[in-house]
Amino acid sequence: MSTIVRARPPRAFDVDAVRREFPVLARTVHGNPIAYLDNGASSQSPECVIAAVEGYMRRHHANIHRGVHTLSQEATGLYEAARDRLVGFIKAASRHEIVFTRGATESVNLVAQSFARPTLRPDDEILITHLEHHANIVPWQMVAQQTGAKLVVAPIDSRGEVDAQTVEALMSPRTKIFACAHVSNALGTVLPVERLVASARRRGIATLVDGAQAVPHMAVDVGALGCDFYVFSGHKMFAPTGIGVLYGREALLERMPPWQGGGDMILTVSFDGTVYNALPYKFEAGTPNISGAIGLGAAVEFLDSLDLGAAHAHEQALLEHAHAALRSIPGLGFIGTAREKVGLVSFVVDGVHPHDLGTILDRDGIAIRTGHHCAMPVMEFFRVPATARASFAFYNTFDEIDRLAASVERARRLFT
Amino acid sequence: MQLQDLYRDVILDHNRHPRNFGPLPEASASIEGFNPLCGDRLTLRLRLVDDRVDDIRFEGQGCAISTASASLMTEAVKGKTRDEALALFDRVHRLLTDDSAEIDDAKLGKLAALSGVREFPARVKCASLCWHTLASALKSPAPLPGPSVSTE
Repeated sequence: MSTIVRARPPRAFDVDAVRREFPVLARTVHGNPIAYLDNGASSQSPECVIAAVEGYMRRHHANIHRGVHTLSQEATGLYEAARDRLVGFIKAASRHEIVFTRGATESVNLVAQSFARPTLRPDDEILITHLEHHANIVPWQMVAQQTGAKLVVAPIDSRGEVDAQTVEALMSPRTKIFACAHVSNALGTVLPVERLVASARRRGIATLVDGAQAVPHMAVDVGALGCDFYVFSGHKMFAPTGIGVLYGREALLERMPPWQGGGDMILTVSFDGTVYNALPYKFEAGTPNISGAIGLGAAVEFLDSLDLGAAHAHEQALLEHAHAALRSIPGLGFIGTAREKVGLVSFVVDGVHPHDLGTILDRDGIAIRTGHHCAMPVMEFFRVPATARASFAFYNTFDEIDRLAASVERARRLFT
Repeated sequence: MQLQDLYRDVILDHNRHPRNFGPLPEASASIEGFNPLCGDRLTLRLRLVDDRVDDIRFEGQGCAISTASASLMTEAVKGKTRDEALALFDRVHRLLTDDSAEIDDAKLGKLAALSGVREFPARVKCASLCWHTLASALKSPAPLPGPSVSTE
């Protein structure tokens, strides 16, 4: 007997239902419904995240890992449950591999100071790419200065893409660390991280992937990716600010010395010496952002409840629509035209400075980012001081993009 | 507060056709202004003769508010003594930052067009960058090339 497997019809993404989960999307700005297109800078939180943080503040707040009383145990339980959710979210091998930090920036700094600094020797090389966010440049410059290592920068092309072969050609026996973005925050480019990480591993190079712009848009499997470190921030994936994650391969984290000393990261302290706590607590000195971690856990739960494939398809449709709607505006040029992008468009308009555009769009209730996007080398590459950037989440609509295009056109008419 | 209060005709005109834009040979002071927040850069060059602004020109890249403000500024301070120019800096600074500051059209002339900026706090630095750069140049006329001024 044969079984007929019918292909499921593609499920439409119910954007209206999703939008109802995000209270802020119901408000107005300067009398217009908000069109929030600045998700690359920070995303909005759904009701369940807000409720999780509020519930903890109202009923369970206490310090964690150190009280026998009920509230402390409840708070500890909620905090550690959030960690478990994150294990599943990025397919880590164990909860020992999930370190809570303040965000992607702190995670990179932790790796630079605790992993790279003790191992780098003069003339060793740290390889990054030209499209990194400052957070994936400056910590490496600092550790290069401290150790005498060199920072090597792989170029990008005129589309804003990173060519894997070009990067591989720069991986030398002196290269000890390769760090790159999964997705560019300024351009939206999706990098060929699977191939790059595999190439680096074959050469014995440690790898860090900055996933801050990837986790809100795609399923990430750090095991399949094979990277040594993966970093991201909560507030770009619908959780509160001030919480983020460092994923590290357990064997590496085990060998790394603690970065900061304090409470919670120790087993015993005496003036003769201190015994450090086990993973991941070794890297979580002091009372952490408990409510933030709980909010992040709730955001993961929310994302788990979505049909991510349908959400991704919706975002890609928004991207296509944005390209089509903006392309017809005279004098508008896209900055970054990679073949694989997340839902993000960076652009400039002849005769209209991005900051003026930002102010004018704001009056129409449209929130975009204008400036250098903490990626000054990218701006320099494209010879622009700044760009306007609209970055989408699954809760954005085609109508919002039409409003964006109409507002940009109005601004252009005002200035030219 | 409406957009038209920010982008008045005078501002739009000076943005499209900035006055006193370009290099200034024989400058006695040259100073750079930089707004790290938005990447705006401006170079202000001026020639002081007998403590009077004999000529002043600017170059750089910025938004409409910053370009128009610099253009209006160069027109306003040309021919003024150092003290008169610094007094004007104080007046404009108050205009941009102090909600209760009086808008005295007689004293401000065309510069009154900048009064809408204070209703847009995110843009005050755009308008004030060139003025801080001017004040710095006048307070310490450094030999070329001058120090750099930042809004941060």
